[in-house]
Amino acid sequence: MKLVLLWTDALVWSLVVVLLIWAWVILRSPQIKKTWHTIFKSSIAMASSVVLLFYLFFTLLDSIHLRLALPDEAQKSQTVTYEAQMVSLLDLMFAHNIQHTERTYSAPFATVEYTSSIVVNKEGQTKQVYLPLKYVASDNGFWGKSLKALAVGVCVSLLLVLFHIWWREKRRFVEACKEIVQGKSALPWRTAYVTFMLLVITFIWLYMLSYSYHVLGTDKVGGDVLYQSFKSIRTGVLIGILTTLIMLPVAVILGVSAGLFGGWVDDVIQYLYTTLSSIPGVLLIAAGVLSMQVMMDNHPTWFETTLERSDLRLLFLIIILGITSWTSLCRLLRAETLKISQMEFVTAAKAFGVGKFTIIRRHIVPNLMHIILISVVLDFSGLVLAEAVLSYVGVGVDPTMHSWGNMINQARLEMAREPMVWWSLFSAFVFMFILVLAANLFSDRIQKVLDPRNNT
Amino acid sequence: MLAYIIKRILYAIPILIGVNLITFMLFFMVNSPDDMARAQLGAKQVTPELIQSWKEERGYDKPLFINSKEEGLSKVTHTLFVQESLKLFSFDFGFSDSNRDIGADIKVRMIPSLSIALPTFIIALITNISLALLLVLFRGSLLDTSMMVVAVMIMSISGLFYIIAGQVLFSKIWHWVPISGYESGWDGVKFILLPIFIGVFAGIGSGVRWYRSIFLEQINQDYVRTARAKGLSEIKVLFGHVLRNGMLPILTGVVVIIPSLFMGSLIMESFFGIPGLGSYTIDAINSQDFAIVKAMVFLGSVLYIVGLILTDISYTLFDPRVKL
Repeated sequence: MKLVLLWTDALVWSLVVVLLIWAWVILRSPQIKKTWHTIFKSSIAMASSVVLLFYLFFTLLDSIHLRLALPDEAQKSQTVTYEAQMVSLLDLMFAHNIQHTERTYSAPFATVEYTSSIVVNKEGQTKQVYLPLKYVASDNGFWGKSLKALAVGVCVSLLLVLFHIWWREKRRFVEACKEIVQGKSALPWRTAYVTFMLLVITFIWLYMLSYSYHVLGTDKVGGDVLYQSFKSIRTGVLIGILTTLIMLPVAVILGVSAGLFGGWVDDVIQYLYTTLSSIPGVLLIAAGVLSMQVMMDNHPTWFETTLERSDLRLLFLIIILGITSWTSLCRLLRAETLKISQMEFVTAAKAFGVGKFTIIRRHIVPNLMHIILISVVLDFSGLVLAEAVLSYVGVGVDPTMHSWGNMINQARLEMAREPMVWWSLFSAFVFMFILVLAANLFSDRIQKVLDPRNNT
Repeated sequence: MLAYIIKRILYAIPILIGVNLITFMLFFMVNSPDDMARAQLGAKQVTPELIQSWKEERGYDKPLFINSKEEGLSKVTHTLFVQESLKLFSFDFGFSDSNRDIGADIKVRMIPSLSIALPTFIIALITNISLALLLVLFRGSLLDTSMMVVAVMIMSISGLFYIIAGQVLFSKIWHWVPISGYESGWDGVKFILLPIFIGVFAGIGSGVRWYRSIFLEQINQDYVRTARAKGLSEIKVLFGHVLRNGMLPILTGVVVIIPSLFMGSLIMESFFGIPGLGSYTIDAINSQDFAIVKAMVFLGSVLYIVGLILTDISYTLFDPRVKL
């Protein structure tokens, strides 16, 4: 086994490091800690952040890529050879689904194919029959298996919750449990745990049944839709977070310097963002992606495998999205910096002879944090939705990459079939909807607490 | 006023040059004139001479930014960049890869785009504002909170879902309207009903939330309290004071997109088979026809800048405090 680090993997893990550092900063400063406490006092914020963490968990699971060692036949050679293909931990988890590829469409929980095929039987007659699926248990053990899966789900989630409570409140474990059940804890932990348990139970139910059924059906070439939906989580979340991560330094540096230094610096930066923002977003992205495609076709040596190719394309797409989306934040930050730099405490700092960069670091950036945070969470849901549209237009992620946009794009024409093939679209939309809804609710709460204009 | 408009138009020129530079660089970074010639001349026996003559014919034989062969000012002007930009500035978009006149295409396709985008825009504006006013009237009530939850949900569903679900429901199952297509004149109304409805519905979530927040910001102002103290009914306060004062922030957000309505909606038009500018752009993207993409980028930026200027002008018309 060998660990492989794709470009986007590296970015994801660096993001995790940034988040951890940030969490440490939050915990250190009592003031910021209090703000976050207020944010999480709302049970909606608590529930939606649990959902977001759940999606993030699958993203991380899908961001550890391995190359499995090939079975060494005679143990003669000392060097271990690796498979050419990379798999992530999520792939390993769903390995049975990857291998169990059916012939064509099948409905969720179906035991036979969706379309009838003509078969010649022993007597030489031709008949239209629905062929049974290859990898589906033919016995009707659905309810039994479901019950078993639900029981396992309840046990596992309950254990995890109890462990978490114990980890938080080691001394007064029983009282803490009582408080949470009665809903009297300082933060709405009850909602969080209920959401968490629901998610875990649903996941375990889907996962355990996926061994004996195609829970969400199969697509045109027989691929399992459940697996595709889970694989798409990484693409969606990555586009949502990494784009903002990439554009953030640019927006902050340019916005702050435009607001603080003024003069020609301000003029140049204003010109830059007015120009960029006057180009219609989709067209600029399309032009960028088209150029990138030609460039990648001209440099086939940049990547070894198709996975690396699609990964590189995802990275470029994220960079292009970042280039097109920093302008609005930059404009906001410039205005706010202008306002802050006129305030007394900045003047006082200047009078004390504090250096410009110290002023930026100590006085200006901390006061911009709420704008940055609001725009990060606001942009997230928009970007997740944009991915689907871009893939439809043909300038999204690589067609070989699993993403909700690609799922929708491929399944779009199947609605015209009679009877309809609805499950690919349905799964993609549901997975997307839950993520975007959670993000929207969370960003609402953050805006409500952090935005000073909303304190009425 | 006039002086201000002229100043703004002059200020738009460097921005458009910048837009041009960006698209030009994106285009020629990956696509040398030699490649273009080869693609245009087809798979026939392409000799270097043929390429050379094709390039000379179209003026593509000049260097990109600096012509070292020339003297003085023409060092800069006799280049591909200046020559192509001048063409765009005179709205001469040239020919697409399939040898069609882009300018003529745009003129023809503008009408279908507008016939969807304009009604969608107007109906959406009216529904969103009236719904928002209704919610503000009943603010804090169960209706308000539940509608806000619904609004967040509508916002969180991908726009593609509304289109696909709408087509399946209204066209495939109920057969109310044709699934896609376009006709000019009154016969075409049945084709544009569904796209307009979907366009309005998909935008209701974010729209109502936005207008509601604008009105709520107004409702805590002193003048509203005064109006109530005078004994005005809540409805009169809303329509006479809150709506009128809320128009100003609404104007900033709304006027700027009016010119861009010409560009049409990419997704809507391609799903419903409407031969407008949006589907034109999508087709161009899919066939990697950069000449069309470039023309649309330029057109889009011009319309956006026009929108910004219109916003400023409308401000002076509606708010007597603002003087240009």
